[in-house]
Amino acid sequence: MPRTMTINVHHVTRIEGHGNIRLQATDGRVEKVLWQVPEAPRFFEAMLRGRSWQDVQTVVSRICGICSFAHSLASIKATEAALGLTVSQQTDQLRQLAFGGEQLESHVLHVGYLVAPDLAGVKSVVPLVSSHPEVVKAVIRAHRLGNEWMELLGGRRTHPVSFRPGGFGKLPTEKELGDLKGRLMNVVQDLKLIAATVTSLAGKLPAFERPTEYVALTSPGCYTFYHGQIGSTDTPDTVAVERFEEIANEHVVAQSTAKWARWHRESYAVGALSRFKLNHAWLHPLATTTARDLGLTPACCNPYMNSVAQVVESVEVVEAALELIDQLLTRGIKAEPLRPVRPKAGTGVGAVEAPRGTLFHRYTYDDHGVCTAANVCIPTNQNHANIQKDFEALLPEVIDEEEPRVRLLFEMLVRAYDPCVSCSSH
Amino acid sequence: MKKLRMAIFDFACCEGCQLQIVNMEEGLLDLLDIVEPVEWREAISDQSEEYDLAFVEGSITREEDEQRLKDIRQRARILVALGACAVNGGVNRLKNAPDMDEVRRCVYGNSATMPHLATAPTKAVGEVVKVDFEVRGCPMSRREFTYIVRCLAAATTPVVPTYPVCVECKLRETVCRYEFNEVCLGVVTRAGCNAPCPAGGQWCYGCRGLVDDPNVNGAKDIMDKYGKTVADLRSRMELFNSVEARQCQGQ
Repeated sequence: MPRTMTINVHHVTRIEGHGNIRLQATDGRVEKVLWQVPEAPRFFEAMLRGRSWQDVQTVVSRICGICSFAHSLASIKATEAALGLTVSQQTDQLRQLAFGGEQLESHVLHVGYLVAPDLAGVKSVVPLVSSHPEVVKAVIRAHRLGNEWMELLGGRRTHPVSFRPGGFGKLPTEKELGDLKGRLMNVVQDLKLIAATVTSLAGKLPAFERPTEYVALTSPGCYTFYHGQIGSTDTPDTVAVERFEEIANEHVVAQSTAKWARWHRESYAVGALSRFKLNHAWLHPLATTTARDLGLTPACCNPYMNSVAQVVESVEVVEAALELIDQLLTRGIKAEPLRPVRPKAGTGVGAVEAPRGTLFHRYTYDDHGVCTAANVCIPTNQNHANIQKDFEALLPEVIDEEEPRVRLLFEMLVRAYDPCVSCSSH
Repeated sequence: MKKLRMAIFDFACCEGCQLQIVNMEEGLLDLLDIVEPVEWREAISDQSEEYDLAFVEGSITREEDEQRLKDIRQRARILVALGACAVNGGVNRLKNAPDMDEVRRCVYGNSATMPHLATAPTKAVGEVVKVDFEVRGCPMSRREFTYIVRCLAAATTPVVPTYPVCVECKLRETVCRYEFNEVCLGVVTRAGCNAPCPAGGQWCYGCRGLVDDPNVNGAKDIMDKYGKTVADLRSRMELFNSVEARQCQGQ
């Protein structure tokens, strides 16, 4: 039956930041379909001008409360590249270890608190406390572990303080790492329960497919979050992270205070699904099994499955962390006090895979180590155009459904991207 | 006891303070015994018309946001500013420059004049509406947030420390950051966070704001002792206390 509907969702709930859904159709004809971002922009690139190299990480960490480790690590890497600082293998491995904690914390928060209510047909996690007590407890335990893991390595669980250009301001002890290892081994049971619950509810995820370009860092031999070059499903060639502006092509559009990005097509996607598609061959054994059990395959082009890919990655980061801890403990933690830094003029880029996708920071410093220019390119910026293109493809497919159902499908689509909207309006 | 109807709103910020509420884990379930969330966009899909307790996170940077905040104030019996961005503008104040058009061009280039990209100098929540209580810090401390909510539920007034962060470092036996040749703002910053940053290997950057009556002479003595200058202190103070940093120019 030809459908007429108007849907205006002002400030979508259960996402980070402010986004609106605007849909209009008359007699089955789509007239308006918009993903709007009205978030107040904060102008971080302007804030950074005049800041000392020592204070830049402190400022940019505040771009995002949920992925402050990603911003801090990308920032430190960019500053080190600009100032010509190298770090030890121990520092590199401890940072990667710390970053795993943020992936676990962020993914569990997203899947358990923000997405699960849609799959269970409720408005928040609160009713699930009584209807699904065991799995909610598992979510809380895994989330708590992610946070305490971050706190051990980063000094705090939000806006870390232990990462410094050149090394660590405070190192974990071998005993603390050993304790973390024990807790990571225990959390595997919780992750298995979460994965089994998601498997049982996966039928609630819409069967919507729209192939697009998928972009992520890639580093042969490793399911990477921290090193590598920029890879894409549209080309076998990889691009050095120093050339990120050429692949993101950020531009301003009228419907969004956050910039959009495009590479080979009108839009591309970053995040867990992109990483899985590009790097699945290097997942650890239990993560590989988890993907199989969840029905996630490299051919998947269903954006709703991003949340499922996050479950797989939650297992992956725990397995990778167990390996890292073993290597660190075998060699023993060495003191490695920070060496004095002599600032010099230069430009540097740092890139990492934030929980939501590829994140780039570029800084230019003068002879005194004062920042003169900065550019930050956020995962959600790279997803906004892709969300819009998904909207345009989805509406004709579901136009005969009841209005509340259509509204829910669009809200779920936005949530699937795990957008960090205020991050993207930095 | 009737539960307080609680709402949480966010303006220009990283939403890291709201995240601390989720980060209370099981403690959040305990808090739900005394408060009932009736509007909290980031976590629940309900909305409400009135609130006993409204938490406002973030800074105010646009006219439309001032209006939205005034509307929240009208609906709220008690309004609490949540975190540094709301309490004094936080890092968002770093963008405040004499020429806001130049700030817009720095980020948006040739598109900077598009109307939806308008921005005004950053204001704290208290510069737009009356604030009843503050939860300081970047991010706010979960312990202090819980304490303040429990006080408000019991209709008592919360007491926040008026001594500097140095006191908490001493109690924790944290080695002073000046011993590492670093400039630390703990000497003038309001305590209450339990000094996690110096313990985590970094200086205090003053995210909780200054103590009511900072011991300026004491701070100068420390600068002298470690070969630092008040200018070093002021440069770091810019990050979270740019207004005070400018006021202490020349001291």
